[in-house]
This record gives sequence, structure tokens and C-alpha cells, in this order.
Amino acid sequence: MYRSHVLVCGGTGCTSSHSGELIEALEANIKEKGLEEEIKVVRTGCFGLCALGPIMIVYPEGCFYSEVKVDDIPEIVEEHLLKGRIVKRLLYKETVEAENVKPLNETNFYKKQHRVALRNCGVIDPENIEEYIAYDGYAALAKALTEMTPEDVIQTVIDSGLRGRGGGGFPTGRKWSFTAANKADQKYVVCNADEGDPGAFMDRSVLEGDPHCIVEAMTLCGYATGATEGYVYVRAEYPIAVQRLQKAIDDARAYGLLGKNIFGSGFDFDLFIRLGAGAFVCGEETALMTSIEGNRGEPRPRPPYPAVKGLFGKPTTENNVETFANIPQIILHGAEFFNTMGTENSKGTKVFALGGKINNTGLVEVPMGTTLREIVEDIGGGIPNGKKFKAAQSGGPSGGCLPASLLDIEIDYDNLVAKGAMMGSGGLIVMNEDDCMVDIAKFFLKFTVDESCGKCTPCRVGTRRLLEILEKITSGKGTMEDLDRMEYLCKYIKENSLCGLGQTAPNPVLSTYQFFKDEYIAHVVDKKCPAGACKDLVTYSIDKDKCIGCGICAKNCPVDAITRTEYIAPGHKLASFSIDTDKCVKCGVCVGNCKFKAVIK
Amino acid sequence: MMENAVNIKINGFDYQVPAGSTILEAAHMVGIEIPTLCYLKEINAIGACRICVVEVKGARSLVAACVFPVNEGMEIFTNTPKVIEARKTTLELILSTHKKECLSCVRSGSCELQKLCKDYGIEDENTYKGDFVNYAIDSSATHMYRDNEKCILCRRCVAVCDKLQSVSVIGANARGFDTHIGSAFEYGLGDVACVSCGQCITACPTGALAERDDTQKVFDAINDPEKHVVVQTAPAVRVGLGEEFGYEMGSIVTGKMVSALKMLGFDGVFDTNFAADLTIMEEATEFLGRLNKGENLPLITSCSPGWIKFCEHYYPEFIPNLSSCKSPQGMFGSVAKTFYAEKMGIDPKDIFVVSVMPCTAKKFEAERTDHSAVAGLADIDASITVRELARMIRKAGINFRAIPDAEFDSPFGLASGAGTIFGATGGVMEAALRTAYEVVTGNELEDFAAFSAVRGVEGVKEATYNLNGTEVKVAVASGLANAKKVLEMVKSGEKKYDFIEIMACPGGCVNGGGQPIVPASVANFTDVRAERAKGLYKDDENLPLRKSHLNPDVKAVYDEFFGEPGSHKAHQILHTGYVERKKY
Repeated sequence: MYRSHVLVCGGTGCTSSHSGELIEALEANIKEKGLEEEIKVVRTGCFGLCALGPIMIVYPEGCFYSEVKVDDIPEIVEEHLLKGRIVKRLLYKETVEAENVKPLNETNFYKKQHRVALRNCGVIDPENIEEYIAYDGYAALAKALTEMTPEDVIQTVIDSGLRGRGGGGFPTGRKWSFTAANKADQKYVVCNADEGDPGAFMDRSVLEGDPHCIVEAMTLCGYATGATEGYVYVRAEYPIAVQRLQKAIDDARAYGLLGKNIFGSGFDFDLFIRLGAGAFVCGEETALMTSIEGNRGEPRPRPPYPAVKGLFGKPTTENNVETFANIPQIILHGAEFFNTMGTENSKGTKVFALGGKINNTGLVEVPMGTTLREIVEDIGGGIPNGKKFKAAQSGGPSGGCLPASLLDIEIDYDNLVAKGAMMGSGGLIVMNEDDCMVDIAKFFLKFTVDESCGKCTPCRVGTRRLLEILEKITSGKGTMEDLDRMEYLCKYIKENSLCGLGQTAPNPVLSTYQFFKDEYIAHVVDKKCPAGACKDLVTYSIDKDKCIGCGICAKNCPVDAITRTEYIAPGHKLASFSIDTDKCVKCGVCVGNCKFKAVIK
Repeated sequence: MMENAVNIKINGFDYQVPAGSTILEAAHMVGIEIPTLCYLKEINAIGACRICVVEVKGARSLVAACVFPVNEGMEIFTNTPKVIEARKTTLELILSTHKKECLSCVRSGSCELQKLCKDYGIEDENTYKGDFVNYAIDSSATHMYRDNEKCILCRRCVAVCDKLQSVSVIGANARGFDTHIGSAFEYGLGDVACVSCGQCITACPTGALAERDDTQKVFDAINDPEKHVVVQTAPAVRVGLGEEFGYEMGSIVTGKMVSALKMLGFDGVFDTNFAADLTIMEEATEFLGRLNKGENLPLITSCSPGWIKFCEHYYPEFIPNLSSCKSPQGMFGSVAKTFYAEKMGIDPKDIFVVSVMPCTAKKFEAERTDHSAVAGLADIDASITVRELARMIRKAGINFRAIPDAEFDSPFGLASGAGTIFGATGGVMEAALRTAYEVVTGNELEDFAAFSAVRGVEGVKEATYNLNGTEVKVAVASGLANAKKVLEMVKSGEKKYDFIEIMACPGGCVNGGGQPIVPASVANFTDVRAERAKGLYKDDENLPLRKSHLNPDVKAVYDEFFGEPGSHKAHQILHTGYVERKKY
């Protein structure tokens, strides 16, 4: 028995802010103090509050230390672990209330969250199968294999109302039933872990923090659909996830939870990892399967659907990581456990990756139907530096933006689609008043243009031409006819592309055009970028009466575009400066350096 | 009521079509042609170009007719304003990445993109003018070039190279807007294990792929007073050439072809079929020799240079099995520069041998000079395709349809029907068997249907014949993917054959890479191989002479020059050797 557990986040975010070194330092210090029999250090998955990493939680007190540095470790060990005195200066400030430590789940960030898919992330040691088992792991599999028929399993998933968390939101149980209905000598289960949306990392977190739940869920799916082999297609850029998943698979095999005759039920299932090279299009299910087969990752026409002719031409069920992460809980606790959460047509919870101009960057899991405002303002802690919320991009490059007027929208599949956005995998990027919506649309479109596989004409050529129009607009050369053509091309590409990548590529353009048409028109007609983000449309000048002539701007100008004039403003002693717009590269350094707000955009 | 039929509506009319049909096929059956670019039946059903989109009631977006199956109650609209506008935009987008050199393009007039632009009334080819990726023309291969600036990325070439030929030396490189067709590591086609079959060229809808044009070389030779220019025409040319001048597929135009060649100014117009008969004499002798000794069996034919190159790259272990006979093209050149030169009293140096072939690999073969009949001289000086010959005829202003028939010149003008059927898969085998049968049994073959098992367009055919008490197992394969199957079965010991005929192109030379290009809109609904082969078999039936060994011109060559088949002299002049080639 240990008297204290120190949980250190070993997710990718905290690992890159050196949580690995923290663990080494902790263990060394603990050993030095002779506490190794009393205190256990556990490397867990992600806690979610990535903005404050590296994160460490000390139990039983539940002290949440944030932004911990290696230099802080001796103090934590000496003070907290040895003498029992909490190191207050390192506590996450939300958890400190009137000198007391508030439980984590009462902080704004965690209060409104409800963790189903992420339930074990940040709680257990993902590399220890016994910790997973201790937290009800493989109990769902045992229940299904010993007490339920495959039909029961599918019915439970159907009744739960679970819909695919990867993008389209197709009912998971129905998807399984299609595969189950097709007879074949071999069927497959595929887990799509090719998370590619910029800023989305929930799948990575699940694989890093709770890999066994994917192993268990895929085995359940195999049992339900009659598949005996599964593949997890995961990006090679997720090395920690790959390593932990491989360990989970190896351990599960060693424990007889994968392989032949699982739980003595006669059911065989085994699982393999395939690494993707990071092409966004391989997140499209048919492209993913083509890639697993060893070919260039390109989508193929549907029908035939994977349930009929999928991987290697055999019936295949494909779900993404987050979808699978919900399955063991649903099977273990029943459909009602799940379908009592959420909205009418979107049950359960959804994980969002909060990013952009928001205080609490990180992963949050909330019940479906939570409003955008709750996520942004309460959980996300609002916009930094007192700036105003302008819009949130939901669903990454395939999604759309939700403007401030839609802050109170209850987030679920259908509400988002009705507003021109989509759930996608759950990326939520917040924008403030400094963001130009045309520029944002251009950014996302540039992403899909780069990631287009090049197979079909509308996506290969159409998106490129669309991007060229946006570039024309943001450089001040656009015309009103360009806007018409832009809108037409958007619709054409949606209607004509081969796969989901192309069919959704114009969404960021269409939705920003819908909600921020005036910004587009300002670029085209007034040749101005209201947010001041489009360089070509911004000119810098110096208000000669505000300028006190200190010359800091000129000293820092990288291209020597700022020179002193002969004009001395009334009340000032030195001559003011002015900017040569021909030389100016619009880097904005002068604006940031001028304390007197004399540089105007 | 048709069995397994579904009821659908197209453009408001009710139809019953077979279940499992695609929308494209269903529409075709009821007389509606939906345009296609990337689609090749059974070979390239990838739904990539999106030109075939149609509206389907209830569908979220437009659907690609080439791959979308019909189902009961489906309502399809093929010509709505939305459909037409979408197709037009697709064409305009393709045009924005296409080098629009239509006036000088080799495919002007037979370009599928050009036709669609005309059909859809594209008024401004620069509607979507924008970034354009520049590519250098790849002319590293002997037989062809690739101009990626004309490529529309339909991938038909990739599909035929992979699926029909199992060669797979081309594919899509890079991605998105930068996607282009190329070989691994951007190697040129001449630097990879391409077999020169030219199937990619006949699959290409535009001028991105084309044979190396050797017509000027031929015109120059004709216009050179020092040169004695002779021409030979391969068996399958007579059944292909007519299509270039509006004749129905399968028409035999031997007489007009000979006439046109004479009008072009050739000093001698000869028939490769004669050389095919010669090949049979040598090859049948070789076969019977190997059969008696039981050595290097199965004997595999060597007429198809695409197959030879394939064997050298991919199956060098079968090189000892290859017949050492030069191909008919090579035999003709060899005889022209030896026997003919002697007979005519012309210095072989001054004889310029042109061959008209349904084949691009023959250009490569023509440049294999290591076993030339006359040291230092190539057997063949220029090998042109049927398409190039048609170009020459047009350039010379010859009204092909109006000119009278003419006959081949002597001494290589007589040929048997056995030579003619060399142009179709199974033809070489049948021709060899006709001769072998008579040679071995001493009986006259009267029933020509006896060897019909080796006829037909199937990719792999097998038969067993009894030659005077000896069982002879034969196999015929066309299309290199089929050849691969057969070779693998032989390698694994699953099958044992004595004699195998392999033709690189599916269906044989009638469907060669040098034949007239058939637009996919026709090829998807017609069996080009069968139609053209029919023409050749009919020609064979109508000929008085149908067995190679009875050809008097062939007899004369042996009597006057070689002595007998397989003689030392014949070996020196009519046989060749092969080399192992690397794959990378």
C-alpha cells in the first residue's frame, strides 16, 4: 500500500513540455528521501487541461499542480510528499479558494464535463493492463461473450443511440448490423485513428491514456459483427499512442483477451496496427482501407459500402477511436446509461479539442446539447486579453464557423449541420476580433487543397481555383464577380466530388460567407480587411501628433522603413516619425513597440 | 419480365434493366449516352473524372453514373441543367490544367476531351485560368513519349499497365493539384521496366501519350534516291487501318493499303504474313526438335516484342524457353537485307526496310541490333504504327476510300491464311499446329476447326492435341497479366505445357498498342479484340492458301537460299538471342 499517488500526465502535450523529466526527477527525489515504499508515481494519459502542462496530481489530497518544472520537484517532494505541506504557489489557481484546495471536479474547467470516452484518461496508468481491469476493464467483453448474443450487443449499441464520432455521425449500431448481415469467410473491424483535423487530438489522447478500451471495443465489435481480425490505422506521427497501443495489444494477448477462444467462449479475435503516413484523406474510410491494403491512400466510390466490400474486399466495420471508446461503457452499463445523456438525436457525450484564442486550451468532454457558450466561456475560460469572441470553427477543415450570434446553440449533430458547420471529429477553434474570416476560410481551404489526394477533378482542380479566388480577394484584387464564382464553385465542389474530403472542403468558405458576408465585401469593394489580418490590405502609418519622437519604432524596424520627419507636434520636443509604405513589409513590430499608440493600422 | 431486372425511370421514362447494371450501362441500353473520361469497363471504374455525373432522386449530391449501380425504383436524370452545368464546369476545370495545343496535337480529332468540349459547347477554354504546373515531356522511352501537360489524370494508362499487363511501372505521383502520372522516383519511362506494349497510348483519351513519330524518317528515305525502300505490313494492320478512314471495325483493307503504300512511293510493298509463314517453318522445326529431345519445354513464342521485353525483365528464368526465332518483323528485315539484296543485286546498305506494325514495341525491337542479319546494319530501319501510316496517307493526300485495290509485290507477296491469323491471339499456335500436324503425321489437314480451341478472346486458353501418338499440351495467353498467370502456374508445377503462345496485348496484335485508337465510349460497349479478330479469321477462310509450309514464296526462299528450316544459315540470319534485364 502506498500512502500517496502522484499522477503525472504522460500525454503528448505534457510530454513535450518535459513531463518525462519530471517523472525521472520525482522518482530520484523520492528515492533520496527513502519514500519509494510510500509514494507511487504513475504516468497517466491526458488530463485535458493541456494549456497548463505539465500537470501533476497528488492523491489523496487531489492537489493539481500545473506548469511544474524540474526545479520545482525537490520542493514538492520535500514539502508536500515528506512533510504534508501543499506547495500552494504551484497549484492550479482555480483550485485554490480561500486558502483551501477545491476538488478538481468543482473547477469551471471540469465542473461541466462528463467523462465517458475519456473516463480513464489521466486516471490510470495506460501501460498497465491491471489498472484498466481494476477500473472495470474487459468486464464489458466478459459480459458480452458470456451472457449476450451478437444480436444483443448490436441491439444495445443501436438502443444507446451512439453515432459515429468521426465526422458523419452515422448510427453506430446500424453500421454494425449491416456488416453482421453480410455473410463472408472473413470480416474485419477497422479503427480509424488517422486523426487529421488541425487542432484535434482526442483520438490521440484516448490511445495514449486508455488504449485497452479500444482493444476491448474492437473485440466487442468483432464479436457482434462476426469479424475475427481488426486493424487500427494510426498516424505514424503519434509515436506515444502507437507504442502504448502496441503494448496494450501485446498484454491483452498475453492475458488471453485477444487471440483464440477468448473467455472460453470459442470466439477468436486478433488485432494489428497499421501506421499511416499522415495524409488527411486517409481519414476517409475507403481511402483508409486502400492504404491498409498497401496502396496509395485514395478513396474509392461508394457503393459498395465497407459493410459489403471493405478491407481486402471483405465486409468491414469501421469506426473512429472516440466512437469505440464509448462502447465498453455502453455494453457494461446498458443502453440507458448512454441514451439518457444528450439531446433527442445525439446521445451521450462528445469530446472537443478546444484551441485558438481561448484561455483553457485542451480536451473537454461534455454531454451533447451543451451550449457553445458554456464550452467557450465557462469551460474554456473565455478569450484571452479581454478580446471579443468572434466565431468558433467546428469540425476542422470540413466544418464551418459559428458566429457570436449562435453562442447559445446546443451543440449536437443536427444543430451544427443546420447551421452549415459539422461535428466532425470535434475540433473547436475559437477566433477573436483580430481574426479575418476570409483569411480563416483561406487557411482551412489551403489545408484541404494541400491534402487533396488528386483523384477527382472537382477536388484536385476545383479547390485550387477556389483558393486562388480567396487569395485574390485577400490581396485586394477581388471583384464582385469573383464572389459569385466563389459561391458557385463551392456548390459545384460539394455536389461533384468523389469523397467526403472534397464534398466538405468548401464548408469553411460557405459558412464564413454566410455569416460574415460584409467582411468579404469589405475586402472586395473597400479593399479593406476589417480585422487587419490580410497584410496586402493593411497600411501602417504614424499619427504625427501622437508620436513623441522616441524612435523606438525606427530602431526596431527590420527594413528601415521608418524615418524621422521635420515635424514637431505641439507639446512634444522631438520630431515625429513616418513610415515609407513602399518599404514597409507590414510585420507589425512598430505597432507592438509603440507605447503611445501612435502607429495606426 | 426480365429475370433479375429492376424498374427504373430515366428522364421520366420507365425502363426495366438488369439488376447490377451501373447507371451508365442502363442508360446505354435505352439509348442514352452518358459522357465518360476516366471509365474503362472492368479496368478502370474509379469514378474520378466526374464527367458522368447524373442526378438521382433523393441522393445528397450528384452521382457518378459509371460506378453507381441502379436499384429498384431509382429515378435518374441525365440531362438536367444542373447536370449539364456540372459537366461543363468539370470540363472547364480540366481545360485549366491542360496544354491546349489542339491544332498541333497528334490526337486532334480523336481526342475525347476535345469531343466533349465541342459537345458541351465550351465557349471559353480559359474560364478557370489559374496556376499551371509545368512538366517536361518524357521522351526517354524508345517507343513513345508522355506529355503530362496534356494529361487529365483519368488514370486509364495506369489501370491498363497494372491490370491488363501487370507491369505497373506508372502510377500517380505527388498529390492534390501536383498529382501527375509518372514512374517511381520520377524515373523516365525508358529507365524503368516498361515493356513498350503501348497499351497506355491506346487507353489515353488525349494527346498525353503518343508513339514516337517516325513518319518523317520514312518520308526522308523514300525521297532519298540512293535508297531502295521496301515496306512490310503486319497481319493485323490490314484489319486495323480501315478504321482510320471510316471503315467499320473488322474490315479488311489489304488491297487499298497496298495501293496506298505504292502511291506513297515505296520501291517494294511486301507482306509480313510471308515472314509469318517463314516463322512457322522455323518455329515448328524448333518445336519438334525440342519435343523430340524433351529440352527447354515449354517452347514459348517470340513474335511479340512486348512479351519478350516482359520476359527479360520479369521472368528471365524463362529465357531458355523462348523460341530463338526472330519475330516476323525481324525475319522479314533479315531476308530483305540478305536474300532479297542478293537477288536484286542491291547493296544491303542501300536497302531501307520499313515495317508497318500494330505495335509500339516493334520500335524497340527494331533497335535491338545485336543479332542483325548483316553485321552493322539494322534488320529494320523504321517501324511505324498503323496510326503513323494513316498519318502518312493523309499527308500525301491519298483518298484511301477511292483508290483501287492492288497486290503485294514479289518475291514476298504470297502468304497463307496461317500468317494472317498471327494477328489474333491463338493464331500463331494454330498456324504452327497446322504445319506441325502435316509435317508430323504426313496427312493433309482438312478440318480447320480442329484447332479452334485456341481461338477466341479469353485471356488464357488451353488444349491438348495428339500429334502422331504424342500428346502435346498447349496454352495461349494474351495480355501480360494472363501471361504472368500461366508462367506462375508453370513455375509452381501446377501446369505442364509443351508449347505456349504469348502475346503482350490482350487479344493479340489486333488490339496492339499501335492500332487505331478506339474511343472509350465505343470500347466500353464493343469487344474490339473480337470484332477485329473476326475480320482476320474471315480473311483466312477466304484464302486459297492456309498453311505456311505450302507457301510457294517461302519454299522458294528455302530452295534458293536457306536450304531447309533450321539450317545453319537460317539460324545465323533468322534467329536471335535474349538478355536478362533489370527491373529497377
